[in-house]
Amino acid sequence: MSDTRHDVRLSVNGVGHDVSVPARRLLSDALRHDLGLTGTHVGCEHGVCGACTVLLDGRPVRACLMLAVSAVGCEITTVEGLARDDGSLGPVQQAFAECHGLQCGFCTPGFLTTITAGLADNPTPTHEECRDMIAGNLCRCTGYQNIVRAVERAAELIAEEGEAS
Amino acid sequence: MTTKLMGTPVQRVEDQRFLRGHGRYVDDVAVDERTLHAAVVRSPHAHARIVDIDVSAVLDLEGVHAVWTYDDLAGLATPMAEPLPLLIPHPALTHGRTQYALARAEVNYVGEAVAFVVADDRYVAEDAVGLVRVDYEVLPPVVGIDRARAADHLVHDDVPGNVGARMEQKTGDVEAALAAAPHRLQLDLTVERSACMPMEGRGTVARWDPDTHRLQVWSSTQTSTGVRAAVAVKLGLDLGQVDVITPDVGGGFGVKINHPWPEELLVPLAARTLGRTVKFTEDRREHFISSAHERGQVQHIEVGFDDEGRLLALDVEFWHDHGAYTPYGLIVPIITSTQLLGPYKPQVYRVRFESLYTNTVIVTPYRGAGRPQGCYAMERTMDAIADFLDRDRAEVRAANFIQPDEFPFDQGLVFQDGRELEYDSGDYPASLEKLKALVGWDDFPAYQAEMAAAGRRVGIGLACYVEGTGVGPYEGAHVHIETSGKVKVATGLTTQGQGHATVFAQLVADELGVRMEDVEVVTGDTRRMPYAVGTFASRAAVMSGSAIHLAAKRAKEKALRIAAEALEVDERDLEIVDGVVSVKGSPGTSIDLGTVSVLSNPLRYAFDEASKAATQFSVGDPGRPPVAEGDEPGLEGKDFYSPERATFASGMHAVIVETDPLTAEIRILKYAVVHDCGHLINPMIVEGQIHGGVAQGVGGALYERMAYDESGQLLNASFMDFLMPYVTEIPDGIDIDHLETPSPLNPLGIKGAGEAGVIPSAAVFAAAIEDAERVALPDLTITAMPISPSELHALRQRHPQPRPHRQERS
Ligand code: FES
Ligand code: FES
Repeated sequence: MSDTRHDVRLSVNGVGHDVSVPARRLLSDALRHDLGLTGTHVGCEHGVCGACTVLLDGRPVRACLMLAVSAVGCEITTVEGLARDDGSLGPVQQAFAECHGLQCGFCTPGFLTTITAGLADNPTPTHEECRDMIAGNLCRCTGYQNIVRAVERAAELIAEEGEAS
Repeated sequence: MTTKLMGTPVQRVEDQRFLRGHGRYVDDVAVDERTLHAAVVRSPHAHARIVDIDVSAVLDLEGVHAVWTYDDLAGLATPMAEPLPLLIPHPALTHGRTQYALARAEVNYVGEAVAFVVADDRYVAEDAVGLVRVDYEVLPPVVGIDRARAADHLVHDDVPGNVGARMEQKTGDVEAALAAAPHRLQLDLTVERSACMPMEGRGTVARWDPDTHRLQVWSSTQTSTGVRAAVAVKLGLDLGQVDVITPDVGGGFGVKINHPWPEELLVPLAARTLGRTVKFTEDRREHFISSAHERGQVQHIEVGFDDEGRLLALDVEFWHDHGAYTPYGLIVPIITSTQLLGPYKPQVYRVRFESLYTNTVIVTPYRGAGRPQGCYAMERTMDAIADFLDRDRAEVRAANFIQPDEFPFDQGLVFQDGRELEYDSGDYPASLEKLKALVGWDDFPAYQAEMAAAGRRVGIGLACYVEGTGVGPYEGAHVHIETSGKVKVATGLTTQGQGHATVFAQLVADELGVRMEDVEVVTGDTRRMPYAVGTFASRAAVMSGSAIHLAAKRAKEKALRIAAEALEVDERDLEIVDGVVSVKGSPGTSIDLGTVSVLSNPLRYAFDEASKAATQFSVGDPGRPPVAEGDEPGLEGKDFYSPERATFASGMHAVIVETDPLTAEIRILKYAVVHDCGHLINPMIVEGQIHGGVAQGVGGALYERMAYDESGQLLNASFMDFLMPYVTEIPDGIDIDHLETPSPLNPLGIKGAGEAGVIPSAAVFAAAIEDAERVALPDLTITAMPISPSELHALRQRHPQPRPHRQERS
């Protein structure tokens, strides 16, 4: 029952990685265990919690519901890829720090990627739209209050940057 | 003077790594091709005898390294084959039972560990699990409190009536007091099971070092010292051979205080046997069926009261479902039975409970730990009394409050820590006034009438609680000022998201007079602090916070003494600001803490510029020993905090809900919290804890339940079916007001805050929903929680119905 391996190249946060994985290897496991990018977390492995959310060509997907081999040819962004080139926090990360949007931090990577994509889609969300944006992710610690605030704050930070540049 | 950090909303230092994806949770440790992965064969039956286990097919599978069953454990020279420890024995727990690391002859819940497989990766390990053949002889299962009480079948043959424990406490002759009371009511209530459900499940990694004969274990636990002791005993190692490190933990909420889990022993055993690093990471289904649940109780209350609603006699009997085994003793039902009293002082109280076996997952503390059920019993009773007397619900509560001048107030019972239930401080009338103002209590009837006129049902509820926090026995801390001036702090209890690295650094920065960024806090690492208890019962801030404060004080005393000698001044004239010791009023005469640290450690060998100053030819009085008698080298402070008893936090919640007349949907319009945890260290973090607790409370009150069928299968063991709240289920905004009545029991005047948010939920929602429904159905009474729209709908269908509390005599 030994698994046939497939040699594939995964492009993650702008870097190409050559890996040899069985067909059944989940993208979440390939990122975490084969590439050592453990920032992507696994909370349920059945697509409900959103902790494993990564961006595939900019769109949020659940890495636990996808096979690694099927991510070939896509640009994958994980939480490790959200900081700025100079190492400082990106706007969504910054907003989470300012608003106390995390406690244990386990759900956080999935929120950060989801919100990054959400604000790219809709940079000026209403309060209701901020809540909607995170309505597919579970957090057991924060009661979501400060995460909603962080979405609003991130939108502000992004707008300020737009004005400054 | 540096501005005090205590009481300010300092941003969290741990967030930096979490936000970058650089947290180190247990499954992130030892990410290496050579690490082996474990999976567990679990019982598919709630109750069965194991006839035979055949592992032969597994051994042929490529990539499998080992399989263990009970028989393999029995062959070991160590106590691995004995039952897991009963952590908290109690004289009333006459029939305590614990499971084996791997089931011996019988399984008692779906999910119980039967065999343990170690393979190259988790995929192969799970393939192997599928190839283990276990023959079972299925036995009749006992599911639910009613079946357990009926005792037609037994969970354990040698436990008659399925009763693990019977316990009673009383403060007087309740029957006489009931008989003499002008009014009496009875209530019958139930609460369902729920569970902690941290986003990260359990997990353990172990590595055996054959060169040093030492075992290193990482576990997602709430007690690293507890796991260390258990692993050492079970593997036959000296304590000194075992290190347990708690990495970042993705939430605990109670479930990770129970230990050792079977895998916490089996992983180290496998690592030692195979000479390889071994990892077990629980998946979500496993968390549902093999970790722990809580909350399930059936309650019967009889109460006698006067015309003002004052409690003259309170007689409570309840039945607590503790699942298949009792590793955590009677802590949960003891807390229910004592904390039920809340801020009130019944003239006579009696409580009796039975803790019952069922063929379901074990029950150990979940945030609140029995208090939500106690609060529910007490507050439903208050509502019933108010209803009976036709008085305002807030007024009836106020009539029963312990008054501010009555502290310390002894309730006359024994608490969960074996100490008297003596409240240290509080101001319940002030809390109630704040809550009424915050939620708009007095204006609500007009609003309700206005909405009713428009065909809408809105209702309000309130609930009060008192929470014993910061139970002993102790916690300790070690503060080390390095020669760089950086301060390294260690305390032994663990962290699961409470921001300890921040709040403890605040305390140290304040006490020592150093910059917060120079303070680094380590928790839950037995190499750094081998004496500790754990993180539970809202105790971390109180226990470790106090210990850290005391340890920092000691380090400061030493720093001042050495600096005074070096500067040739009186130490009383010195102060420390931003890491520099100087004479008050003449900042020119100063020495930085790093240099003081250098001076504190007389050296033979210089290793850098700074240390040259501490070598024997540079410092010291040739006429005296380099380290004075009674002194120690190094600039360190160590201390322990061990209070006589718990400190009692309190609070009150109110909620306004709207119920849909057609769909029975329940909408939260406003949620208000008044919270008193004494002095706040970091209000931002305390509010975060409240938010999280309220959200779990909403889940527990409206959505979450463990849906066992009668054969003991958990039907909703996934996030698809167990309805944990998303943002869409949580109120948009939680109004919080604080009251700060300091605790006299610890140097900082603090009380615990971690569990508070969840305690009143079942009570407050039952009250509000009932109030809303009574707009249309004046007799509708809520006696079972949680309540979903379909249950509310069913309740409406049964209307009109007799109230569960009936008047016996007036
Ligand atoms: S782990 Fe992928 S959605 Fe939960
Ligand atoms: S911060 Fe812990 S689950 Fe969200």
